[in-house]
Amino acid sequence: MSAELVIDVKGLTKKFGPKIVVDHFDLAVPKGAIYGFLGPNGSGKTTTIRMVCGLLRPDDGSGSVLGLDVIMASAKIKERVGYMTQRFSLYEDLSIRENLEFIARLYSLDHVADRVSASLKSLGLSDRQKQLAGTLSGGWKQRLALAACMIHEPELLLLDEPTAGVDPKARRDFWDAIRDYAAEGVTTLVSTHYMDEAVQCDRIAFIAYGKKLIDARTADIPAEVGLHAWRIETPQLDEATHRLKAAGGYDVLARFGAAIHVAGCDRAALERCVARVSGLDDLQVEEIEAGLEEAFIYLMTGATDNFANGLEARGGQ
Amino acid sequence: MMSFSRIRAVFLKELVQMRRDRPTFAIMIMVPIMQLTLFGFAIDTDPRHLPTAVELRDDGPLTRSLLASMRQSDYFRIVAQVSTDEEGERLLRSGEVSYLIVIPENFEREFVRGERPQILIAADASDPVAASGPIAAANEIARRAFAPELDRLPKRLRGAPAPFEAVIHRQYNPAGETSMNIVPGLLGIILTMTLIMITSIALTREVERGTIESLLSTPVHASEIMIGKTTPYILVGVIQTAIVLIAARLIFHIPFAGAVWPFLLAILLFIFTNLMLGYLISTVAKTQMQAMQMTFFIFLPSILLSGFMFPFAAMPVWAQAIGEALPITHFLRIVREVMLKGAGFAEIRGDIWPIMAIVTILALASLARFRRTLD
Repeated sequence: MSAELVIDVKGLTKKFGPKIVVDHFDLAVPKGAIYGFLGPNGSGKTTTIRMVCGLLRPDDGSGSVLGLDVIMASAKIKERVGYMTQRFSLYEDLSIRENLEFIARLYSLDHVADRVSASLKSLGLSDRQKQLAGTLSGGWKQRLALAACMIHEPELLLLDEPTAGVDPKARRDFWDAIRDYAAEGVTTLVSTHYMDEAVQCDRIAFIAYGKKLIDARTADIPAEVGLHAWRIETPQLDEATHRLKAAGGYDVLARFGAAIHVAGCDRAALERCVARVSGLDDLQVEEIEAGLEEAFIYLMTGATDNFANGLEARGGQ
Repeated sequence: MMSFSRIRAVFLKELVQMRRDRPTFAIMIMVPIMQLTLFGFAIDTDPRHLPTAVELRDDGPLTRSLLASMRQSDYFRIVAQVSTDEEGERLLRSGEVSYLIVIPENFEREFVRGERPQILIAADASDPVAASGPIAAANEIARRAFAPELDRLPKRLRGAPAPFEAVIHRQYNPAGETSMNIVPGLLGIILTMTLIMITSIALTREVERGTIESLLSTPVHASEIMIGKTTPYILVGVIQTAIVLIAARLIFHIPFAGAVWPFLLAILLFIFTNLMLGYLISTVAKTQMQAMQMTFFIFLPSILLSGFMFPFAAMPVWAQAIGEALPITHFLRIVREVMLKGAGFAEIRGDIWPIMAIVTILALASLARFRRTLD
């Protein structure tokens, strides 16, 4: 990757007491990229993001964010980074406008009132500017939070599960906004649980138990995971599912319309499993290339919630 | 480094939040009014109808006229007539009566002869507030009771000195702290209680609500948060001070004898010190509940060891040492010296600098405690 790296950290490690929440984590995010950050609950995503934006001090590791030392220059980094927290963390007893004005003043911006007005307008919040933030629905809160972390025109956006609990329409609008920013050269690191969001990222890092398992271009993820997949089509889908489940040997079993996809890393075991459906009506069995869907389901279900390491959940969730 | 615009940002935000949080704001204004009313009753309403025993070793028109006057004054309610000192003593000690009035033998005859006989008034002064009013009244009552008789006396016996002597024995508490002490002292107590409490949750609330995460992800400095978060409450402290001082003057008729400007300066300093003390708590407390408990931890010695409740000089050395470390101890001295004794800056200087030292330590400790990270 020859592009300029906005985040370039190596060996980031964070311990809470005896628990290692993030374990020697490397991350290289090129300028203008939308970088997806996936992993089960408690896997260390939030902790990593907090270390990148200077809210947590790493116990080990080094690197730079926006060319500034991630440990020594965290104050300078804060001025150029927009961080949207997982849980709504603006003031519920302040109005939308008051929240934005407060944040704008903390960044020592000039023409605060004008800037806030412009920001309200671009996010469609103008009509609600006097409403108290605490009375907003999830989708509006999320818009407000995005407006707040964009008010100082940051070069890097760190979004921690920004669309959790937000309706599909609002999520689509949100991602449209993110892509617009990316087109302007803003770099985004976004953690998510949603597959349809992960697909929109240029690159994805998958983290579990504080360790990065996969880091690849989104299109290369299935190959990285190394899944083999078969497509099974038959009118007797329930029977087929039953037999496959009884046989085992797969990692992912999912229905896609009138077909079942089974996928797994162990090719021999998977073949044995697939063989069990022979004899069903109008059976069509073919090997397919594992897609992103299978890969994500594999990744997200393969690792259960990492609550053993779950200190990350502090204040979140 | 420190940016005025960021301090202003935090300041304005706190002001809006304070305005929105009406109940808390109302409580902060109500506390002085409530405390003044509660404590004020002990001061303003002189206790009346206090149970009194009389021991009459003489009987005659003068004595009867004295008793009648006492009944009319409604300070005293004569509930018993005793015939021996021991019996009177027992009633007083058991608390059945608050006063024992002894008219000596040959009182009438000595009075008429101009020999200034003594009336003994023994008062249960264990509650000095209760004792002071009637004691002050007793002399006047006696003088008035004897007025008609005085007119009939030979001229040489009229006028001052009175032809009798009231001997007052304050029993159980000879010092008899004056009630004037309480209202000025209340100023210190009110400012301590409310201001520490309100700033003790300044940061704790941000942590509990999760807003600290947004706050810390901006370039705001620890000192800017500290100043921005505490200064709005200076205003609250000033309002409370005004309420207490106006009430002291208009309702309780407490004089203001000393210099105004040094006094206001001391008040501002004390307000700021309490805000800093609360802020330090908020850098330590993890929940609002903890913050409240720590506030009471400060509040208790502030009442007991500061000289508000009990005379400072009478406390053991270790308790005095704790008292000296509390800003309120010094503030109470300043208030009393200025309001009651008419002190100027020169007299209160010795109590100003300890408060300044305390506030400096508090501010530095708060900044040292404050983390700009979530660790």
